[in-house]
Amino acid sequence: MIIPYFIIIPLLAAFLITLIAGEKDDWAIILSIIAVISLLILSLFSYITMHTETLTYYMSSWKIPVGIVLVQDALASFMLVLVSIISLTSLIFSISYVRNLSSDWKYYSLFMLLVAGMNGVIITGDLFNLFVFVEISIFAAYALVAYGGKAEEFEASFKYAVMGSVSSTIVLLGIAVTYSATSTLTLAKIGEQLPSINSNIKLWIGGLFVAGFGLKAAAMPFHAWLPDAHSSAPAPISAMLSGILIKILGMYVLVRIFFNIFDAPQFFLNIFLIIGSISMIVGVFLAVGQWDFKRLLAYHSISQMGYIFLGFGLSTTLGILGGVFHLLNHALFKSLLFYNAGAVETVTGTRDLRKLGNLTKIIPTTSNTSMIASLAISGIPPFNGFFSKLIIIIAAIEANQPVYALIAVIGSIFTLASFMKVQRYGFRSEKKADVNGKSIDWKMNFAMITLAVLCVATSLMIIPGIREIALDPVVDVLKNKTLYIQLVMGK
Amino acid sequence: MNKEPGMTLIVKTVTRISVWLIILYGFYIIFHGHLTPGGGFGGGVIIALALLNVLLAYGKDFTRKWLNIKLLENFESSSITLFLIVGIIGMAVGGSFLFNFIDKGTLFNMLSSGTILPLNIIIGIKVAMSLFLVVMALAAYNFDKGDEQ
Repeated sequence: MIIPYFIIIPLLAAFLITLIAGEKDDWAIILSIIAVISLLILSLFSYITMHTETLTYYMSSWKIPVGIVLVQDALASFMLVLVSIISLTSLIFSISYVRNLSSDWKYYSLFMLLVAGMNGVIITGDLFNLFVFVEISIFAAYALVAYGGKAEEFEASFKYAVMGSVSSTIVLLGIAVTYSATSTLTLAKIGEQLPSINSNIKLWIGGLFVAGFGLKAAAMPFHAWLPDAHSSAPAPISAMLSGILIKILGMYVLVRIFFNIFDAPQFFLNIFLIIGSISMIVGVFLAVGQWDFKRLLAYHSISQMGYIFLGFGLSTTLGILGGVFHLLNHALFKSLLFYNAGAVETVTGTRDLRKLGNLTKIIPTTSNTSMIASLAISGIPPFNGFFSKLIIIIAAIEANQPVYALIAVIGSIFTLASFMKVQRYGFRSEKKADVNGKSIDWKMNFAMITLAVLCVATSLMIIPGIREIALDPVVDVLKNKTLYIQLVMGK
Repeated sequence: MNKEPGMTLIVKTVTRISVWLIILYGFYIIFHGHLTPGGGFGGGVIIALALLNVLLAYGKDFTRKWLNIKLLENFESSSITLFLIVGIIGMAVGGSFLFNFIDKGTLFNMLSSGTILPLNIIIGIKVAMSLFLVVMALAAYNFDKGDEQ
């Protein structure tokens, strides 16, 4: 049984770092890298071997109505692989990036708590347990956003903490209402009880969850905290937050609850479609005007999350496939772009695109990988972003929603425009850039090249043979909706 | 008049006597967590408040000399590691995380209910140390000087 190790390993690493690493940063780095590599191996192993299986694990051998159940199915394995890949590259990028910011071992300990929280959210099958893990990861995130110790970072972290607490309160209220209506907190058991409860209560619970987890996913009406938090954090943490945290705490939990437990009610799918399309278009409009590199990327996260919402909101096989695929792709290229921004900031000391100049000769790896990531996020073939956006747009047309398809196309065009701006001003202008003598070491380059290769490699997932192995089991979990309940309850 | 930091002699004397009583009460709550209301968290908070009484009455410099802060920090991180290890032992013995591998004993005895008692003690230490160290960290910050950056 490997399921509990996804939580035990990062937690053990976090605690051992505080205990034995002390002031010695090398131990902290070694411990956390070992932990994340073993997580990657475990998650890849389970992703490859499991296919359509659903595994359950009872904490301290208490059976379902009493104890906490951990559930791993194809969707969870897919997410675990994603978390492991991004956190490994992020750790490797961090090694030289966070040096001398503050005492490093605290950073690595918090980082491992962030990973533990996200893994916990993914594999738990219990609603309150899910809330606890959400809080673990989001508290680690508050601390990491403020890690640099500058005034603006504290302000961003405070804003994030206030918005996060509001969303947690809403979620907690939702859990309380759910518990009072169904007398259980196990997700599968809630799903069993739901058809028999009053539809107004179901609307109330659903609304609270959409607002609460939507705030964590930074969908458009709830997005205000994201640009500050994601642009002020250290670059590897921005990559973690934008790449996976908003997807796990927001999107994954929403689809798990609304597809597998609530049986995808049309009313909430329409809400997904509406907030998705608003995020898509308004996020990208706000992004085009930004001159701060990381802020621009942060607004793009809102916009790209809109595509994922749209894909899931369509709820057809093709739509879900597009949503899952875009979720993977966005994690890869957005993390890569944040590493690029971090590398540019290291070399030039600024994030203002107007002050940057020609960097192609100074940091060739960064500018080349940023080109790949920019093309991928703008949806240019043959990169992965093109295929996932194409699937979402085709799915929207097939589902007789041409308006949403049009909005997606317009969003994509403006994405291209804003990344042309990044490339034109940030990397390839005629102006000579001011550099401060610092250089990018091989570890940072390794992290960027790995993700750039993955950006190209994941586009192969569109080939039917690979898609059937890699993505279809994940789509099936969501498409089969409440089959999840039967599998977990063991019927 | 009074050059020493901290509060008046009356407060200091009362604190000197009461702090051990409060800690004892905290341990009582922790050790009876499986029999009476309360437990690791409640008892831990009480112990932390006893230590905070000292901080309030005598000031932070005295408290830092009186207690070995580094040791407390080690207690804090080792207690949570111990919790995890108890869980992992459960996996090794009974096949699932936090499995109860100690004999459950007789109901209402002090030494009963398997792993609940050791886990309560671990949580008590963790909560006491964490709460106290959080307030110590806040006290270390000089608010009069404002943001130093």
